[in-house]
Amino acid sequence: MIFKDAVGATETNVDLQIATVKNLITALVEKFGQQFGEKIIDPKTRELRRYINVFVNGKDIRNLQGFETRLKEGDEVALIPAIAGGSDFLGFTQDQIVRYSRQLILKEVGGMGQRKLMASKILIIGAGGLGSPAALYLAAAGVGKMGIIDSDKVDLSNLQRQIIHSTKAIGKAKARSAKDSILALNPEVDVVVFEERFEPENALDVIKGWDFVVDGSDNFPTKFLVNDACVLKGIPFSHAGVLRFVGMTTTIIPHKGPCYRCLIKEAPPPGVVPTCQEAGVLGTVPGVMGTIQASEAIKFIIGSGDLLVGRVLYFDALGMKFDQFELRRNPKCPSCGDRPLIKDLSQVDYGTVCRVRSR
Amino acid sequence: MTEVKVDRKIDIRGDVCPYTFVKSKLAIEELKSGQVLEIILDHDPAVENVPRSMEADGHKVLGVKKIGKKEWQILVRKA
Repeated sequence: MIFKDAVGATETNVDLQIATVKNLITALVEKFGQQFGEKIIDPKTRELRRYINVFVNGKDIRNLQGFETRLKEGDEVALIPAIAGGSDFLGFTQDQIVRYSRQLILKEVGGMGQRKLMASKILIIGAGGLGSPAALYLAAAGVGKMGIIDSDKVDLSNLQRQIIHSTKAIGKAKARSAKDSILALNPEVDVVVFEERFEPENALDVIKGWDFVVDGSDNFPTKFLVNDACVLKGIPFSHAGVLRFVGMTTTIIPHKGPCYRCLIKEAPPPGVVPTCQEAGVLGTVPGVMGTIQASEAIKFIIGSGDLLVGRVLYFDALGMKFDQFELRRNPKCPSCGDRPLIKDLSQVDYGTVCRVRSR
Repeated sequence: MTEVKVDRKIDIRGDVCPYTFVKSKLAIEELKSGQVLEIILDHDPAVENVPRSMEADGHKVLGVKKIGKKEWQILVRKA
């Protein structure tokens, strides 16, 4: 005779002279001890606990002959507690309820928001200083599917701020290293890795099918490309940039607010604005900004709160202050304006200042 | 309390705080305003915590009743 526990995790062959369910339970209590016994039998009443159902070959013993139901060789007996550990509760496993409990009890998240997160697909462009915290927090929150695009390898100089990577990942592709960390944090996330640069040639293919994009890139051409591609395809995204002790971020919902080109028409010529490589950056600055980007992604997915749309948030870590500036849609914006010039990514020269080519 | 029509029942015996509240909250979320959730639990502190948390969320606790040696029934009407 085979006895299975509630989740079928353990199977025990009970080789005893057992005639009825009652005999079996007595034998099980003898075999597994007092503690097991008290889980299924109330020690005071000596009766089976009311929240445990007993099934013989899938049939509830209440519909058979109760405890006197006769058992024969090969019968399968299952003891199933009503709704308890192991089984699903309103579509969540016990582990999910525990893992996400601190956000499940937030009214703005709740079960509905958590289900939306678990069904969401978010693309992270760049597994660097911004992408690291963004990807980790989104994985922790239970985003269902995450894409990571990065063509670089982990370098020792990255580790001061790119906290998704570890010392032992040096030399490894960043996208893969990020995937490893995400899965170590939350194995439920489906991670898609793109070990390539985000370029005009692949941009539209890469962003296809994602609900939200987090731009964690570190250069103007990529930032303009993310903007133009997302505006063309109507995909909402979070923009951020960092330098030294400052960062700025804004959220773009194409055609429902301004875009990055409404703020900056084209990239400053090379050399005018230094890069982090030249000017340095405090590791916590992309940490703060990337975390804000993840917050925006979560809010967008669950549909709660006010997004940073039409606002640019500016962070100064030295002065330790946040400021925000209004950003309005430019009707003449080449990307999202009333008569947009950019209808195809090939119209833009992303090599230098990301200017729209004159025709 | 016996006259109340229950729209949904959850049996969360075996669960402890805060998961008693997490599950109660998940369950009441599924109901429409005015519907009643019956919660059966056996974790002592939850007998006070769950009704308090439900009220903090604006729901109406219709009653808390001991129905067994360690078992309690809590009825909550969704706000």
